[in-house]
Amino acid sequence: MSIEHRDDTGSRFGMWLFLYTEVILFSGLFILYAMALTKYPTQFAKASHMLNIYFGTINTLVLLTSSLTIALAVSAIQMGRIKQTLTLCWVTIALAIVFLINKYFEWSAEIGHGIYPGSEHLAEMGPGITTFFNLYYFTAGLHGLHVLIGGTLIGVVAVMTAKGQVTSDRYTLLENSALYWHLVDLVWIFLFPLYYLIL
Amino acid sequence: MSESTTYTGFWQESPRSGILGWLLSTDHKRIGIMYLCCIIATFIVGACLGLAIRLELIAPGETIMGAQTYNATFTVHGILMIFMFLIPSIPAAFGNLLLPIQIGARDVSFPKLNLLSWYCYVVGAILAIIAIFSGGGAPDTGWTFYVPFSTQTTTNVNLAAFAAFMLGFSSILTGINFVTTVHRLRCEGMTWGRLPLFVWTLYATAWIQVLATPMVGITLVLVILERVFGAGLFDAARGGDPLLFQHLFWIYSHPAVYIMILPGMGVISEVIPTFARKPVFGYWAMALSSLAIAFAGSLVWAHHMYASGMSDFAILVFSFLTFIVAIPSAIKVFNWVSTLYKGSIELAPPMLYALAFIFNFAIGGLGGLALGAAASDIHLHDTYFVVGHFHYVMFGGGGFALFAAMHYWLPKFTGRMYNHKAAMIGWALLFVGFNVTYMAMQTVGIQGMPRRYYDYLPEFTTLNLVSTVGSWVMAVGLIIMFVNLWQGVRKGRPVGKNPWGAATLEWQVPSPPPLENFGEEDPVVTKGPYNFKGVVADEY
Repeated sequence: MSIEHRDDTGSRFGMWLFLYTEVILFSGLFILYAMALTKYPTQFAKASHMLNIYFGTINTLVLLTSSLTIALAVSAIQMGRIKQTLTLCWVTIALAIVFLINKYFEWSAEIGHGIYPGSEHLAEMGPGITTFFNLYYFTAGLHGLHVLIGGTLIGVVAVMTAKGQVTSDRYTLLENSALYWHLVDLVWIFLFPLYYLIL
Repeated sequence: MSESTTYTGFWQESPRSGILGWLLSTDHKRIGIMYLCCIIATFIVGACLGLAIRLELIAPGETIMGAQTYNATFTVHGILMIFMFLIPSIPAAFGNLLLPIQIGARDVSFPKLNLLSWYCYVVGAILAIIAIFSGGGAPDTGWTFYVPFSTQTTTNVNLAAFAAFMLGFSSILTGINFVTTVHRLRCEGMTWGRLPLFVWTLYATAWIQVLATPMVGITLVLVILERVFGAGLFDAARGGDPLLFQHLFWIYSHPAVYIMILPGMGVISEVIPTFARKPVFGYWAMALSSLAIAFAGSLVWAHHMYASGMSDFAILVFSFLTFIVAIPSAIKVFNWVSTLYKGSIELAPPMLYALAFIFNFAIGGLGGLALGAAASDIHLHDTYFVVGHFHYVMFGGGGFALFAAMHYWLPKFTGRMYNHKAAMIGWALLFVGFNVTYMAMQTVGIQGMPRRYYDYLPEFTTLNLVSTVGSWVMAVGLIIMFVNLWQGVRKGRPVGKNPWGAATLEWQVPSPPPLENFGEEDPVVTKGPYNFKGVVADEY
């Protein structure tokens, strides 16, 4: 005798609440960024120019595209096009992987230059620049972790779709995963200009 | 529960039998009972540590432990009592047991997530216990993990902070679940104006859990990163700012005290009308003041930091906001007292705990204003007055509310009644011991004794001795209470649906409630939660 509730609105409602907690989680790091920026504006500008803007831009494009594909996947499942849904899910995951690979090369280059949290080289560059890179690694690292979780989530939902557990009249799981993915995208939309562009 | 012929409700009905029927159960009542067992176990350990602290302070100098052990003891006492006992106590244990039944639902919105939150709690608890016994020794930072000490000490802060992170995650999941449940699963006729006040407080609490907890999550993660990578974000020597840690920490941890006290206020709001045989005075004022406390309480965090070197203007603003919180809190106290006025008061054990709650909370709450006012806080900051105040609201408030809830609802969930006389003796000892212990602490704090030292000046000896003796009286009271409740659960007299004659929905289902709470048909509510017309208490 299992308890079977079916409340799609409730599920979405819960997901939005969860996304809100994610925003607060990241906001802690953004508060630290704001405080440090007021304290060290010139050092932040200097450190920002040391980042490779091409990596950041490519990753922005990759993530925005992946947000589009997952949104299309939700539309596809609503119309019952299972095959198309699956393709779009796999494309989203592929883009997530591209993002992470790109990130790997970006970080490798920076770590190769001796820029990583706790490094001697970073400590020599003075307080403001150290703060910038520490925050950069922690925020982008936490975001990268979310990319990993979101990608896995979409993978699981794709498998469930293939098995027929997610269908055109039971697609909240895919919808919620897509919402999560949009949040991952949204965080990056703020992260990218703050670290790469505006300074 | 041993006789198989008697009705046992959800204790027997389960898709799985044995221990797995509990560990894999998504039934909100079973999860609530599992939470209750965990928090009582935590409470007993935490109380023993508290008694050890009091014993060390019975006389100046080293009595039973040295400085390092003392630091670890009060830290672990704090972590256990706050993150593992108070925060999940009423919301997770009694919230799970009652929220769905009180709104006429068969379960919470996300039963599986509910079970997951219990597992997060257990994992966090296990990690906390491992942190005590492994690595560089038990953490000695105090439960607040203040930098720079927490980033420099060699004790096992990493694991303890991660444990607190997991416990926070569990709390967030419960919050999401409860907010959604209240919005989506109210039965027919259960309008917002007919929600029991306990549900209102759980609802307000759940919002705080959702809104504030992630902040402490990221803060504790940052402490771990500081320790692992030496990033220096909170280290002034390397361009960081230690004050930022305090801000980030208290943005959660001040609202967290409302997570601990608000549901307790909800319990009292249920108990008082039932035993005064009167509708609660000012229903909407009570309901909305819960939301007001949750809202205003989220804006006062920096009143923990008056002595930290913050700007005077900030101190002024936070002092003002702190006084604002007193308004909805006072509304509650006055409304409880007004409910009692001309009521037909029955001094049953839950009612005694509720009255003790009002007494203790009034003292603790007024002490909070003394601390919230910047001028007096400079004198009282980091003295035993703070410790006394905190225990008055958290133990005298939150703890007593939990005991009230246990005496009020355990007969419902076990179907058996404890011995009233023993309950009253336990209550009396607890109440007297409590006030002796913590009033002495408050007084010695005003005299200037600082907190968090294992030693003190000889002039504080008498009051510390009084406080320690009070803690023994309290311990005896606790033992009597727990033994009596346990015996009641085991072999008390069976009770019917409604032993207290209360009007909320949970009293209209059998004791203990069956799986899915209501029979074939969903309940339909036609009157308010405190409308006692025609409600008669069952004999037991």
